[in-house]
Amino acid sequence: MKDKEMTAQQILKPSRVFSGQAIQKILAFLTLIVMIVFFSVASPNFFVSDNIISILLATCVNGLLALGVTFVIITGGIDLSIGTVMTFASVMAGVVVTSLGAPLWLGVLVAVVTGGVIGSITGLLVAYLRIPAFIATLGIMMITKGLSLVVSGASPIYFPAEYKEIAVGSLVGKVIPGFSLQNGVLIFFVMAILAGVILNRTILGRYNFAIGSNTEATRLSGVNVAGWLTAIHTLSGIFCGIAGVVMSSRLGSAQPALGQGYELEAIAAVVIGGTSLSGGQGTISGTVIGAFIMSVLTNGLRIMGVKQEWQTVTIGIVVILAVFIDIYRRKKQR
Amino acid sequence: MKQYMKYIGLAVVLALFLATGVGCNAMQQMEGGGNEENSDKPYVAVIAKGFQHKFWQTVKKGAEQAAKDLDIRITFEGPDTEAQVDKQVEMLDAAISKNPVAICIAALDSRALLGSLDKAAERGIALVGFDSGVDSDLLVATAATDNTAAAALAADKLAEAIGEEGKVGMVVHDQVSTTGRQRRDGFRERIESTYPNIEIVDIQYGEGDHTQSADVAKAMITANSDLKAIYGSNEGSAIGVMLAVEELNKVGKIQVVGFDSGKKQVDSIRNGDMLGAVTQNPIQLGYKAVEAAYRASRGETVQKEIDTGFEWYDKNNVDSDVIKPLLYD
Repeated sequence: MKDKEMTAQQILKPSRVFSGQAIQKILAFLTLIVMIVFFSVASPNFFVSDNIISILLATCVNGLLALGVTFVIITGGIDLSIGTVMTFASVMAGVVVTSLGAPLWLGVLVAVVTGGVIGSITGLLVAYLRIPAFIATLGIMMITKGLSLVVSGASPIYFPAEYKEIAVGSLVGKVIPGFSLQNGVLIFFVMAILAGVILNRTILGRYNFAIGSNTEATRLSGVNVAGWLTAIHTLSGIFCGIAGVVMSSRLGSAQPALGQGYELEAIAAVVIGGTSLSGGQGTISGTVIGAFIMSVLTNGLRIMGVKQEWQTVTIGIVVILAVFIDIYRRKKQR
Repeated sequence: MKQYMKYIGLAVVLALFLATGVGCNAMQQMEGGGNEENSDKPYVAVIAKGFQHKFWQTVKKGAEQAAKDLDIRITFEGPDTEAQVDKQVEMLDAAISKNPVAICIAALDSRALLGSLDKAAERGIALVGFDSGVDSDLLVATAATDNTAAAALAADKLAEAIGEEGKVGMVVHDQVSTTGRQRRDGFRERIESTYPNIEIVDIQYGEGDHTQSADVAKAMITANSDLKAIYGSNEGSAIGVMLAVEELNKVGKIQVVGFDSGKKQVDSIRNGDMLGAVTQNPIQLGYKAVEAAYRASRGETVQKEIDTGFEWYDKNNVDSDVIKPLLYD
């Protein structure tokens, strides 16, 4: 069974695809470097430690969402609910900690489990009920957006002060004095490595690519496609839960109305990083670079004092360029 | 050849990216002049609660006018929606990195901003709040509408229209927020202290939602057949009250006094169905915030609470030069 699957994969993913993918990744990385150099030259306030910390911290929530949805996008699917699932997870943590007086670690656990449960529901809808992912996840987006407001009573939930330590405190700073890398950033990097391992070194990762390359072929090789799809969505949901913890910890509160629109930023980061929206290809390192491109771009334009209207225009252009290159590369390969 | 295409593609992206950056800068210099990074003028960063909405664009106009008058440089930013607390924190952090002499901030959630505000204060950046305050000593001043006084003005206009006697009702957006309480108490206290023959029969809360406000207003009208007027404490409340009066065919029989603007409210006032409303003054809000921030940065003493003013408008002056710029759809 496994052999068949591997051959199917080999046929569908000849080596030149990898070279294309590598180019896209190098391209993304080069763009990031060029951007950093450009902004450093353009403004003396860009490449200073305080601002770099701001950029790192600004990347981690979007980055965590992007890591999770990378798996979904590699299957050829999409998930529009990640932003609001993140919010719902943070609201659930808030309710458990403040109304029920549970300890903070339990709040964190509840957030992560909430993300996982919603993810698995999305998976069931998409994989077993065969509802198109766009619609199913749009529905989940609305449901979680509404539920966040219901559960929180439509007002922010404030956590005890210690909760802020989770994202803003610094474990690294305690081990290496003077290097106060915030925990939120640390969580993002650790999760990125974990995501890389899952995608490249586990069965889940292998089937993930197989489903994305050719769902029918994978099914015919005897793989339980629906089951694995559900697992992949659950994984993405767990990432949303973790993002919810980092977000709410950073703000010191769970903000129930926040979250919509964040899914598109995360998806943009994934695509800029070279993961194909048609599925079958993608890398975690690309997504990390993509997330940094988004936040460096946002921060750099701000630091340069570019008008907000033009900031939005520029980000839009970069996203389109990234997708255009992806499509162009694919065309050439045929 | 195929190999080269890849590199050409890469070159195109980089070129376009740089062109975008340069284009932005050029565009900016064409548009605003004194906005470039290396200008010697003192720099004040303004961070609002929003950006696209006409209200904030009008605040921006006021802020830019102040910058011109004071010969300083400003930037004006705000998140896309008022829910995006995290984006506002990022904007504040980026603003601090730019070493401004002062920052004006309209806090979406003051607690989320405290860490960044501490950092700004440590660096000696003067901090001024506007629109709504921050519970912190870090701010040297707060520029905002005196909602209590504005609500009292609404009470005066309403009393005048009904001959200073009869029953009135109030539909308030909520009893928790500062604006909700001030606009309720300002109205009620003025009626109770100045107009002994006017009776407030009911105060209901509609969360600023059109339909919910309409429902509570209808119930009020049904319960009090001799009701003479209703006051709505913000745009949503006022529009809700107007809907209720229209649906029960009481236009003209029950006077409606509102707050803020919005297309439906302004239209109702223009055609006379609604008596009038009190509007905040977003231009002054932006102007006074920037002015106070700059003065504070130079070590001048500024008033702790700065009233940015408000205006009454009705069908006679709704399209005048004074009122028109303050209204939004």
